[in-house]
Amino acid sequence: MSNDRSFLDPRNEAVPIERPRAAKLAGLRGRKVGLLDISKPRGNIFLGRLEERLREEGAEVLRYRKPTFAKVAPVDLRHEIAVQCDAVVEALAD
Amino acid sequence: MDALDLPVGLVAFVKRDCPTCETVAPVLVRLAAEVGITVYSQDDVSFPQGTDPVDDTALDFSFHHGIEIVPTLLEVGESGVLRRLEGWQREEWRVFTGVADIGAELPDWRPGCGSLSVDPMHEPELRRRHSGSKLHARRIEIASAEDEMEAIFARGITDGLPVVPPTEARVAAMLEGTERAPDEVVAIVPPDLAPVSVEKVAINAVMAGCRPEYLPVVLAAVEAICTDEFNMHGVLATTMPVAPVFVVGGPIAARIGMNGGPNVFGQGNRANSTIGRAVQLVVRNIGGGRPGEVDRATFGQPGKLSFCFTEGEDSPWEPLAESLGATPGADTVTAFCGEAPRSVVDQLARDPDALVATYAACLRTMHHPKLAVGFDAMLAIGPEHGRVFRAAGWDRARLLEELSAASMIPGTELMRGADGMAEGFPIPAAQAGELQLPKIRPGGLHIVYCGGGAGLFAAIIGGWLSGDAGSVPVVREIRP
Repeated sequence: MSNDRSFLDPRNEAVPIERPRAAKLAGLRGRKVGLLDISKPRGNIFLGRLEERLREEGAEVLRYRKPTFAKVAPVDLRHEIAVQCDAVVEALAD
Repeated sequence: MDALDLPVGLVAFVKRDCPTCETVAPVLVRLAAEVGITVYSQDDVSFPQGTDPVDDTALDFSFHHGIEIVPTLLEVGESGVLRRLEGWQREEWRVFTGVADIGAELPDWRPGCGSLSVDPMHEPELRRRHSGSKLHARRIEIASAEDEMEAIFARGITDGLPVVPPTEARVAAMLEGTERAPDEVVAIVPPDLAPVSVEKVAINAVMAGCRPEYLPVVLAAVEAICTDEFNMHGVLATTMPVAPVFVVGGPIAARIGMNGGPNVFGQGNRANSTIGRAVQLVVRNIGGGRPGEVDRATFGQPGKLSFCFTEGEDSPWEPLAESLGATPGADTVTAFCGEAPRSVVDQLARDPDALVATYAACLRTMHHPKLAVGFDAMLAIGPEHGRVFRAAGWDRARLLEELSAASMIPGTELMRGADGMAEGFPIPAAQAGELQLPKIRPGGLHIVYCGGGAGLFAAIIGGWLSGDAGSVPVVREIRP
């Protein structure tokens, strides 16, 4: 009876909000850089080396750690990093 | 007056393709001439000649007024339909119409035929048209020269297999499977954390090939995985080959024809094959979880298309959901994060202790024989092994207790480097002799009873990271 050639969209129709990326830092001296350890084995070793290098460049380094690599970072941790740091490095490992 | 209101007075619905309607045609002609009657014709606007029929070939009047049989005779008043009469019954027609001698030449009684408005060819489309305002999803139009299936593939909304095109009519029919409102939000789906409505789940269920009566199971399964405990984001994003594994429990499993018997994890059963698939399509299409993007699986596994089954009916134990706290007899879905099943063969054991030793040895190899505690598992026991435990009177608690005791691994075997394998636990050699660890944490082994009646086998469905740091099995009650 119908020659309807349309179907319903199975996807999420919400339109994401686009936010501009934070401006790139001009230099590291005096800047606060957060290092987020996602709790994978040996991630701390990798971040330790990164911390040494950042300090040599004059950055102040703050360390953070996710409770588990298998879940997204808790909102409070994300907020803490956002208000305390000028930049953040999230480290994978294995 | 609504466009689909009927005129006050006598009204009849007929179709030419109905022998009883043909039979009563002369009666309708006489009623038209003597007392007045409005006749709606479903398939031929010239039938019955002499009654000036109203065109209802679009069937909107028939559907709107719930006509199931033709001929149907109605008495319509100012407030709507007052009385109705179906088929031909001479005496009742005479009383109904107030014309005492009609149909004298006709048989006393003839049953009517099915109304075209309830014909399966037309009913879903009519249902869509008359409930169209319920559906809010965006319409995607297909050009007349475009192949429908290819158009759907091109939009990246399938799992790599063809899907049933989710037309409005099919989605409206699917929504008849639940009492829940189409705009009710079912869950927030990872990884995009997008809210999913009952309607959007229904669209994906149509695509997966579900029948409407499966929809409540799909809805409960979506709820189960979209919890912090199940952690669908992690299950999707991990490099490990895991997927949600759904175990459906309660009377609904048999009612919708699910398989808990032969080839239980295999192909061939529509409910098993499509319910899990519908949930995976929701994760893909609503949550935005696609392989190579947030789904970072190294290997994946075939169960990521659909991994859903039920337990056997003659189980020696209470169903899985009940062992996890569900109300006995309730319809439930249990979501477990698991890898593909692997076979356990033991054709010689005839006592429960020997089977437990076999299970423990096979479970030991899950992920790596030197990794312990961190991964849960599901152990599927087939009927030929199950009867050994039944005969011995072992309940679930006893079986788990014995398995736990048999699954302890000495530290000397777990330490890194032992047996020439780098993998293992960082246990100092001095402490290795005193330490032993369970292969699976307490509470992390889940027994299900299923499979075909022949075969002295079990199967292991290995888990993923256990507990709060990973994924915990989640049971959801299925509601209509």
